[in-house]
This record gives sequence, structure tokens and C-alpha cells, in this order.
Amino acid sequence: MKVLVPVKRVIDYNVKVRVKADGSGVDLANVKMSMNPFDEIAVEEAIRLKEAGKADEVVAVSIGVKQAQETLRTALAMGADRAILVVAADDVHTDIEPLAVAKILAKIVEEEEPGIVLAGKQAIDNDMNATGQMLSALLGWSQGTFASELDIDGDKAVVTREVDGGLQTINVTMPTIITVDLRLNEPRYASLPNIMKAKKKPLDEKTAADYGVDVTPRLEIVSTTEPEARAAGIVVGSVDELVEKLKEAGAV
Amino acid sequence: MAVLLLAEVNNGELAMDATAKAVTAAKSLGDVTVLAAGGSAAAAGEAAAQIDGVARVLVAEDDSLGHRLAESTAALIVSLAGDYEHIVAPATTDAKNVMPRVAALLDVMVISDATAVVDGNTFERPIYAGNANQTVRSSDAKKVITFRTSTFDAAGTGGSASVETVSAAANPGLSSWVEDKVAASDRPELTSAGVVVSGGRGVGSEEDFKLIETLADKLGAAVGASRAAVDSGYAPNDWQVGQTGKVVAPDLYIAVGISGAIQHLAGMKDSKVIVAINKDEEAPIFQVADFGLVADLFAAVPELTEKLG
Repeated sequence: MKVLVPVKRVIDYNVKVRVKADGSGVDLANVKMSMNPFDEIAVEEAIRLKEAGKADEVVAVSIGVKQAQETLRTALAMGADRAILVVAADDVHTDIEPLAVAKILAKIVEEEEPGIVLAGKQAIDNDMNATGQMLSALLGWSQGTFASELDIDGDKAVVTREVDGGLQTINVTMPTIITVDLRLNEPRYASLPNIMKAKKKPLDEKTAADYGVDVTPRLEIVSTTEPEARAAGIVVGSVDELVEKLKEAGAV
Repeated sequence: MAVLLLAEVNNGELAMDATAKAVTAAKSLGDVTVLAAGGSAAAAGEAAAQIDGVARVLVAEDDSLGHRLAESTAALIVSLAGDYEHIVAPATTDAKNVMPRVAALLDVMVISDATAVVDGNTFERPIYAGNANQTVRSSDAKKVITFRTSTFDAAGTGGSASVETVSAAANPGLSSWVEDKVAASDRPELTSAGVVVSGGRGVGSEEDFKLIETLADKLGAAVGASRAAVDSGYAPNDWQVGQTGKVVAPDLYIAVGISGAIQHLAGMKDSKVIVAINKDEEAPIFQVADFGLVADLFAAVPELTEKLG
């Protein structure tokens, strides 16, 4: 069985986000970029499926700007076998919407015929939480979102999902789309020898036009603003003073 | 101009608060029709009919709709979609599972976690875990939206909308329910807790995290952790608060031994009152704290636990 893992290049989670002066979005020029943390968990799970003998090939795919090939190299260094880069934008500030990403992924799924697509539950930039569900809809496949446990058993998968207030376990028919949540695993770090090896692994470069998908956004960005800053607080001198202040504020 | 609102139904009962908050958000868009779907949903539909601002309620009962499986619920919504310009829901995990699927089936984008309605096509939503807010204008004929409930007040009750029954769509039969496990912990759930006590790398070990848990239990609080504490193995991953973990906004957030990395602040800065206890007075967490205490946590936390409550 083949596993397809879509990965997204996003601003590194340790970088402070700054809104561009013209309000068109967040400044991404000369900012450290990394793989979306939820996608790292998806890559890790795919590699574990291969190590467990349940999958025989892991294909990573990224859709965005050319620089996303760095993100794919990271996936290859972690253990993916090969990668597909779909260049769909020139400007690093262009975010391809989940609907367009899902349409391109659907075409790739038709070509590659994976048994499972493992994706992060959301990207930490636009926080849409949509691509996996949309891909599942376009393919008419089952979906298991926000997975914290995954067990593939022949023609079905047992998925434990993180839902409000607890966990839900469902069976999904294979092939399926799984979107992964934090508890599923802890992703490995790529070792230096594997980073070197990853440079030699195959990376195919395509464009959105190759798949005949129109990536024109449906949502126009009207403005982007910084949230209101918190008012400065006070430093207290002792635990007693802290307790007193908390009581005054009605917080305890 | 009509709105179809997917009610939050859990085991046949209406989640009134989440649904009524979404009604508030949806009212300005047009006449609101609430859809109550489930294995049993009649009682939920009757309850939804009483929410002020609801014009009509549709009840769909079918085994395939139990437990809010995405494939069958999305098929039902799409079968009803023709009459509506807006299809909305409270931004619960159930709705986030279903609504993007609905949007893709209708060939439109989804607008997730909207926090304000500007007009029928234009909505505000947080991005980068709330580190920026964006206003977006949709060019789609139908708008599929989830509303972040914490930013809307619940609509009142006293209405009496008409209730009709609709049939489920054909069940795609792609998934089936096995079981639900409600969180077994005696502590409240992290994302909805009124008080959260979190520990960071400064706590130093898994054993010493007991200090955090003891304070949390004294306050009836949920326990959180910074990514640094999780990465160091002091706390499980599902306690993680931050951009890569859970986003919380309790009435009181107590950060212990947490320096305040950007990705952590993104997950808790909307808390009403923030307390920081850290021995490093330069720690960035003090810039967002209402009350900061520069102290050794191993002395201050037990003392605080003793003196509170």
C-alpha cells in the first residue's frame, strides 16, 4: 500500500508573526519557514506504517511556492521515499486555498492510487482545518479527522478521534483520508546522514496547470490586523500579595 | 436570503449554548432555519425551536446520522442546500469535521472559526492562532461558515418556530461508529476549563509536575503544559497549550516556570487574567501577565496551593 502525505511550508512556530503594513497579510519575506507541525506528525505516522510493514511506499507532496521543496526534503530526510512539488504560486505570500489544494491532491490521488492519505489536521498559518475533509469529499472517500490513534486492519481502519470533551472511535472504509492530531505520535528528528541521503531521493516538479486546476482564491483578503495588545500588568512581591490581588480581581 | 444552521446535537440532545451562540451570529444574514440531525433529534429540534431568531426547524432522524459521522451528515446538508445562501454551524469539532466536506461538495471555500459578520459575504476570522485577524470577502454563491462560539453571546429562548421533518440522504456507508469515550479525568477539559494551571520547562521533571497538578486540583482547574515541557517529557502531548497544541481562553491562567515562547503565548493570551510565576524576571511571559511573581516555583507554588481556597 502506498501512503500519500501532503505537507505545507509555513512560518516556523517559534517566529513572531508580524502583519504587513499594507494589511495584505503576514510578512513572510526573510522569515524562518518550516514544515507545518501537524504535517510532521502525518509524515511520522506514514513512516511508522512503512516500518511496520503495512505500507511499502511513502510519497510526500507539497503545493505552493518553489521554496516548498525544502519542506519536501525535510519529509524525505525523515524517511519518505519520494516527493512531488506542485508549484502553484510565485510570491511566498500567496496562500493556496484548501479547496484548490484539495482539487490538485485529488488529481494526484487518481495518478498515484494511494491506499491512504495522511494529512495534518490544520496548518498553523491560515488555521482553516479543511484540506483533508475537502479532499475526502472530492474523492467520495471516507474520512477520519483529528486522529490520535490509527490502526489499519485490511479493508478498514479504526480511528480514534479527538473531539470536544473526549474521544470518539470510528471505523472507516479504505481507501481513506486521515487528518492527524497532536497525540498520534512524536515526530522524529532527521539525522545528518538521512538529510544527506534525502538530497538524492527523487523529487518531481509539477505545476497547478499540469493538473488543470484553477487556483484563483475564492476568498479575497480585505484586511489583516494585529490583535489588540494586552495592557501591562503588575509584578507582585509575594505569594500573599498575589492571592490578595487575585481575590480583588475576582479570579479565585 | 436564508440561512441553514446545523445545530450541535449530542446523543439526541441539543447543545443549547453552542447552538444559540451560532444563531446570534447567523441572524444578521437572513432567516435562520436550524437543522437538527441525529439518530434521534426530535427533542433537540423542539429545543432549537425555542431559540429567539429561529424561523424554522428541520429534524432529520436516521441511524446513519447518529454520532455525527461526516459523510452521511454532509450528504444530508448538501441535499438541503439549494434553498440557502449561507450554511453555518458553531465551530465545534463535529462541525469542523462536517462543514469543509459540505463546502467541497458544493464547490465553495469554507470560512472556519469566523468571529464577526461584516456583511453577507464578508467575515472576520483569526489566523496564526489569533496572532493576526483577517477580514475575508467570499466570491462564492453559497457561503459555508463555522462560527467561533466564544465571541458571540447566546440568543435567548422564548421563540416557537415551526418544526418539520426531513429525510436523511442516502447513506454513503463509508464509516461507522464504534464508541465514545468521555474524558475520564476528574479535571475539566482543557479548552473549556474556567481555570488552567500550566507548567513549563522550569518545572524540571515529570515528578515535579505533581506541584502543578496539586495546584490545579485545589482550584478545580485543568492542567496545561508548554511545548518545552512536553518535548522534555515532563507532561503528555495532549496537555500542550500553544499554537501547536490547544488554544485556551479561561478566566484565569496560571503559567508556572514558563518563559513565554511565542508559540505558547498564541495559545493562551486571550485568557481573562494571566498569572506568571518564574524566577527569571526577564521572561517574556511577564509582558502578557496581569500579575507576575518573580520567585522560585518550588517555594511559591506549594505556598500558593496552601493559601488559595
